[in-house]
Amino acid sequence: MDIKLMISIFPSLLSGAVITLQLLVSSMFFGLIIGLIFAILRINKNPIINKFAYGYSYFFRGTPLLVQLYLIYYGLANIEFLRNSFFWVIIKEPYWCAIIAFSLNTGAYTSEILRSAFQTIKKGYIEAAQSLGVTKKITFYRIQLPIAIKQSLPAYGNEIILMLKGTSLASVITIMDLMGEARKVNVLTFKPFEAFITAGIIYLFITFIIHNIIKYLEKKYGFQT
Amino acid sequence: MELLSFGDTGWGDELFFATLMTIAVSIAAMAIGFIFALIFTPLKLSKNKTLNVIGNCYTTIIRGVPELLVIYLLFFGGTGAAMYVASIFGYDGYIEINAFITGALAIGIISGAYSTEVFRGAILSIDKGQFEASKVLGIKKYIQFYKIILPQMLRLSIPNLSNVWQITLKDTSLISVTGLVEIMRQSYIAAGSTRDPLFFYSVAAVLYLMLTFLSMKLINKLEIKYSKGY
Repeated sequence: MDIKLMISIFPSLLSGAVITLQLLVSSMFFGLIIGLIFAILRINKNPIINKFAYGYSYFFRGTPLLVQLYLIYYGLANIEFLRNSFFWVIIKEPYWCAIIAFSLNTGAYTSEILRSAFQTIKKGYIEAAQSLGVTKKITFYRIQLPIAIKQSLPAYGNEIILMLKGTSLASVITIMDLMGEARKVNVLTFKPFEAFITAGIIYLFITFIIHNIIKYLEKKYGFQT
Repeated sequence: MELLSFGDTGWGDELFFATLMTIAVSIAAMAIGFIFALIFTPLKLSKNKTLNVIGNCYTTIIRGVPELLVIYLLFFGGTGAAMYVASIFGYDGYIEINAFITGALAIGIISGAYSTEVFRGAILSIDKGQFEASKVLGIKKYIQFYKIILPQMLRLSIPNLSNVWQITLKDTSLISVTGLVEIMRQSYIAAGSTRDPLFFYSVAAVLYLMLTFLSMKLINKLEIKYSKGY
């Protein structure tokens, strides 16, 4: 092990980590919105809407993230119509393709997490609201949604960490994130252990921080039934 | 559809064998993962501090770093490490480790960390009275483990192991970066030579969906079979 090399490559790996974090934050943000929409569609009683939302989450949870990434990065560019449209500005950039793929993927998992949280809310809360004459809309926004979000915190924390690991795939479509920088170091120096172990340490550190933030939030806002 | 025909003109047979390769790698990885899990679960549950730390380090590190990193480390580092070990024994030639073995080992190490957590949870959920009862009856420690704890642990962990299997199956797609020809790699090759990535990656997605769907059905059957009598 070449400790000197590990220290010297640290700054460039950190600059990659910034890209990783950017990818993570933006895909988590879009993913949360997508997940929330699809969770609401999932608990809808209309069978068509319901099935559609189920199909979405089934597809994105049943196929590897790499397939989804390739489908969006290489596949979408194949469609003539998209290439001539305004969307081309977005999908020609690997960075945006990665964000689209990651958001759709994490959106599927998030929708499942939120759905199960919605379904475990005790019926009594909703009945109590009904008997007090609270309208359905307010019941949803003020009672069901906050409880569901609080209940899904631990599972959502896991999802964030899974997504952090997922962002490493961005390196295969030429984005220089933490993994991409580590690969570059490996290619330039032929020292795979130093390059990947240093990257691993940074990944572990980010995981550790996310884990602790979620733990803190759980303690503060956690919901006990 | 012509593109999917079997024979020289289509990619059907190539993709079929690639699917078999994915299944083979997944099963091999799962088996390797079981071995890792059976080693590390006792460590995680052990009362000895040092052993405990070793067990926890394994699961925390593997679950905290990207799968791709483990694969790259083994793929690029594995050859060097193997040659170093061989040089100690006096062999100085070039050693190339098979992509299948590296891939299965890398995914196995990852799936082992998840399996360890599953087994640990299963053992912890077995009633304490059973350990005490077997102790009172004078049953030896290893017989207690093999005859009493292990069967129950396996039964309890089937539902969670099915999740681990799904994760493992999907993780095998990452081995494609090392050149092993499984579904993902084959679609990449096909997409490159036909210039139709949309079609071939959709096929890959469908193949993966089929695999996950079929394995879910199979595992559900197993679950029903082994939960009889409870």
